[in-house]
Amino acid sequence: MNKKDNTNKLLKKDKKILLSHGDGGLKTSELINDLIIKYLGNDILNKLEDSSVINIEGKKIAYTTDSFTVKPLFFRGGDIGKLSVCGTINDLVCSGAIPIALSLGLIIEEGFEIESLEKIIKSISKTSKNVNVPIITGDTKVVEKNSIDKLFINTSGIGIVDDNIEITPRKIKPKDKVIINGTIAEHGIAVLTSRDEFNFKTNIKSDCAPLLSLVNNILSVSKNIHAIRDATRGGIASVLNEFADIAKIKIEINEENIPIRKQTLAVCEFLGLDPLYIANEGKILIFVSPEDSEKVLESMKSHKYGKKSEIIGEVKEHSERGIVILNTKIGTKRIIDSFYSEQFPRIC
Amino acid sequence: MKNRVKNIKELTKEIKKISLSLGKINIMEICGTHTMAIGKYGLRQLLPENINLISGPGCPVCVTPTADIDSVIDLVLNNNIILYSFGDLLKVPGSKMSLIEAKSINPKIKICYSPLDALDFAINNPSKKIVFVAIGFETTAPLTASIIKKVFDLKLKNLFIYNTHKLVPPAILFLLNSNKKIKVDAFLCPGHVCAVIGSKPFEFISQNFKKPAVISGFGAEDILSSILMILLQLKENKPKTEIQYKTVVKEHGNLVALDFINDVFRPKNSNWRGIGEIPDSGLEIQEKYSYYDAKKVFNIIEKPVEEPKNCQCGNILQGIIKPFQCKLFGKDCIPESPVGPCMVSSEGTCAAYFKYEKYSKSYIS
Repeated sequence: MNKKDNTNKLLKKDKKILLSHGDGGLKTSELINDLIIKYLGNDILNKLEDSSVINIEGKKIAYTTDSFTVKPLFFRGGDIGKLSVCGTINDLVCSGAIPIALSLGLIIEEGFEIESLEKIIKSISKTSKNVNVPIITGDTKVVEKNSIDKLFINTSGIGIVDDNIEITPRKIKPKDKVIINGTIAEHGIAVLTSRDEFNFKTNIKSDCAPLLSLVNNILSVSKNIHAIRDATRGGIASVLNEFADIAKIKIEINEENIPIRKQTLAVCEFLGLDPLYIANEGKILIFVSPEDSEKVLESMKSHKYGKKSEIIGEVKEHSERGIVILNTKIGTKRIIDSFYSEQFPRIC
Repeated sequence: MKNRVKNIKELTKEIKKISLSLGKINIMEICGTHTMAIGKYGLRQLLPENINLISGPGCPVCVTPTADIDSVIDLVLNNNIILYSFGDLLKVPGSKMSLIEAKSINPKIKICYSPLDALDFAINNPSKKIVFVAIGFETTAPLTASIIKKVFDLKLKNLFIYNTHKLVPPAILFLLNSNKKIKVDAFLCPGHVCAVIGSKPFEFISQNFKKPAVISGFGAEDILSSILMILLQLKENKPKTEIQYKTVVKEHGNLVALDFINDVFRPKNSNWRGIGEIPDSGLEIQEKYSYYDAKKVFNIIEKPVEEPKNCQCGNILQGIIKPFQCKLFGKDCIPESPVGPCMVSSEGTCAAYFKYEKYSKSYIS
């Protein structure tokens, strides 16, 4: 969930839910603040973290949930099943938790091919076995034809957080380095260009991957990891802005250090999209003390999901209004804003 | 990349050197894609203080009148049709609602990247009526024309075009002839438009008005090179219409594309949002193809509407004020809740300033 400035104006104006209420931008945060927080808010929920950590009889338990509506269900590099496991695993590990178990809720449209469903369940099985996090409870519902588009999935997950670990953007400090575990913008472009109605084909694959062992590795080499976040909907621009707002800091990112494949960049340029705002499903941003940054980078580079890791920037001074600056390749500076210039429904 | 950075440093140095011998120079970048590129690359930071870049009327979504948005919304809400539109148009506020709000009432509004999507759908669904909202300048008009010719040849009966195409040179002529408050010394002309129409249609700028005009590409180097070409012309006091974007733009344009336009359309007067009616600045579908003209088929009568109160899009589109000078900018008018179209479009001047430069004075040091 995202937390942003809440002006409370637009929700009063909107009489109906629009697609933009689901894009992760300003209208999404209004929906969350004006309805969800208004009626359901409490100390834990109000933090709006990807996972919430609660204390149960002395143990720190992380708990998260996510729903998946991606269209198409099968795309280059993954499918809704793999996505629904990776997404929840990644939300847990970004709070420093070791995932223990997942739930699986399926909402299926009448008439959906059982063969496709089997493929998706097999993909869920394979992904969850790979990371050794079992599905331990679940639910299935079937709804009339045309009530939903084929299949929606919800997964929840729980994990245990070590007593000594506290990963939260509130701990980010000036001089922290910002590291990413590889090339950006591949999931969004892969899904978008896998759509039938999209007459534009590429070979770009989704980066969808579970990052449990990568995060475990870095937590074991450094005690100074302050914050981690998976850069999904809204891309790295949204995570950087969210962290800048929460920690009240200025972050500077160097364009020449941001890893991106030439092909992804070419597609983005052709379609007029900014890759900083495009969704990833296997990329995390890590904020770490400068003295540990090199060894964390080294650890990441030795992992299969981090070979192209780079230090892409650093935290500058305290700033009441969170702000993210891009140092461009040609030596100028510009804002990386939190708003989305593009809107793609159902990317995850 | 290293070469590019080196070139940019040299260009910047050269621009600074020449600008010393010149007074304040206002250069209008006509095209919205240039406006976005200038913000994205932070080019203003590289220019000396006396070189002032002003945005012009070159964003098609921004110059589309509210009446057109209202008509398209009426069309989709009151007829059993499927509407295909470019995404940019969806958030533009009409007088009652935007297309994205209309979509929550009637989901038969599809976002497309190309009119070919609408054509494919029409071919595969002969029992359904489809309307494509054709928007854009000379750049997109050939594609619309090719679709119209295609449906004509295929004798399709179910794809119609809501046509709002506009032409750039007549709008620039209109601005130069009007007594507006801003003084424009030179023009950075649109590379993509000129790829279709060539450089000739912009020659009046240098021949009749004695102002430099350079047709520019869209990279940082292209834009800086074009600015340098303009400054050199000013220094030598020899205004001409030059092509910087030579890899793409030819003097006579793309003859095949021009044939498509001329076969399907003819010029007519057209309303530009915030500016008013400009002679011969629009394209009308020729009689031969009128079966596919959605305005005629669905009997659309444009109702005049007032522009939103305090919205300065008209003045911004003509370079009379900059976005920061609009009272609504960044307060009541933001990309997710826009008042005027310049804040909505991915090529809009206000959207470019809001996205890349809104804190520039206070935060970028």
